[in-house]
Amino acid sequence: MDRVLRLSSQKAVVIFSVSSCCMCHTVKRLFMELGVDAAVHELDQDPKGRDMERALAKMLDRTPTVPAVFIGGNLVGSTDKVMSLHLGGKLVPLLRDAGALWL
Amino acid sequence: MPSFASSAGIQNNTEGNTTNPSRESCFGLLKQSIAVHNDLEATTKQSGQQPLASVGVTASASKVESLGQQPHLLFLSSQFENWGDSTMADASPRTDTSTDLDIDEKNQMLEQGQLAVTGASDSSDRSKDKRLDQKTLRRLAQNREAARKSRLRKKAYVQQLESSRLKLTQLEQELQRARQQGIFISGSADQSHAVGGNGALAFDVEYARWLEEHNRQVNELRAAVNAHASENDLRSIVDGVLSHYEEIFRLKGIAAKADVFHILSGMWKTPAERCFLWLGGFRSSELLKLLANQLEPLTEQQLMGICNLQQSSQQAEDALSQGMEALQQSLAETLAGSLGPSGSSGNVANYMGQMAMAMGKLGTLENFLRQADNLRQQTLQQMHRILTTRQSARALLAIHDYLSRLRALSSLWLARPRE
Repeated sequence: MDRVLRLSSQKAVVIFSVSSCCMCHTVKRLFMELGVDAAVHELDQDPKGRDMERALAKMLDRTPTVPAVFIGGNLVGSTDKVMSLHLGGKLVPLLRDAGALWL
Repeated sequence: MPSFASSAGIQNNTEGNTTNPSRESCFGLLKQSIAVHNDLEATTKQSGQQPLASVGVTASASKVESLGQQPHLLFLSSQFENWGDSTMADASPRTDTSTDLDIDEKNQMLEQGQLAVTGASDSSDRSKDKRLDQKTLRRLAQNREAARKSRLRKKAYVQQLESSRLKLTQLEQELQRARQQGIFISGSADQSHAVGGNGALAFDVEYARWLEEHNRQVNELRAAVNAHASENDLRSIVDGVLSHYEEIFRLKGIAAKADVFHILSGMWKTPAERCFLWLGGFRSSELLKLLANQLEPLTEQQLMGICNLQQSSQQAEDALSQGMEALQQSLAETLAGSLGPSGSSGNVANYMGQMAMAMGKLGTLENFLRQADNLRQQTLQQMHRILTTRQSARALLAIHDYLSRLRALSSLWLARPRE
């Protein structure tokens, strides 16, 4: 849990992912399209990945736990949350506030 | 009696009418004016011929004189003639409620009418009887012929009903068999909504029902817009349409759990829709593009809102498309990884492992579909938020018209003449 919290505030946008997860790929692509340089942590490539996944599961209260998106150190949610925010026009202001975008 | 004449005048339009009110009223009035009808029916029905009792003639004649309605009776008898010639011959089985008894009735009345006319105008001239007989006999023969034809039509119709009934029982049996084989089919046809519609067939039925209701709602919306309905009325109809959209997304989600490929491949849609499908449904950004033109005038803020919405959904769609591409590539790699010289035990284990992995990957398809539907749902809701009620109404109409044109195009294409 500590590791998750520590990593999640290291950069404006942090994505916890699994390398084989295609939905994670979707979210990564979206942020890339928006011009955001997100920090991506692949849980399957991290020695403490399983613990982190457990921690995320507690925070998100859903499966699958990935992708898990943090903006400005705060947990935003998974794919549908990110999509909803974006369609509602709220994702970009959030990114700007977190310093992930300068436009 | 002016009303009598006018109602008789419109009687010739009997297409599709089982009960022609003018005919009925004519009958009623004639029954009143020729009061011996019932007596005559009892005595002459059996023979099929119409020997005329002089009693009836005098009674009719006296009635006619008392009413002073000679011109009307003439008119009436000619109406009977028309009925005999055109109506009886051309009526469809559906409209033919009269039996041969009715025809005989009419024949009698016809004769009575004729006799009443001749009786009233020149009751002492016997030479007219010959002409009367020929005319009447011809008319009677025509009526008999018409009666025979109507009997045959009735028989054919009843046979049709019987065969339909047989087919219905056969279909019910098939349905029962299918149910037993484990295909869940929603209960009786009059259920308002199918619960837990798993299986492709069940969803297709649910979708057809949903579409019917959707079309009905859109027609209601169109009527309200054209009638310049009040804000509140319009809003309630718009809300209804939007929540009905949510219903199909819900149904798709349930069906996807049972058969994701059926939903994703759009087998439940028309071929043209299926060809241009995006992740199991319409592409939000495309619809928004068409709306931007349809919805003028828009305020600056609204225009910006719609444009931003279009851009956001485009980006989200691209991201999801990329994700699907990644899934397909990953799946291909997994399946290719299990290829190799068959036979060795190591390869078999490898094969099993790879297939298991591939199965896992397929599991994410449902998630992609859900995200795509979520996108569509969000688009509709956001659009509604940005626009006024009236604009939302017009937007929903435009979307419906566009999609139904696509469906119609599909039908036209399939039915096009080919060399």
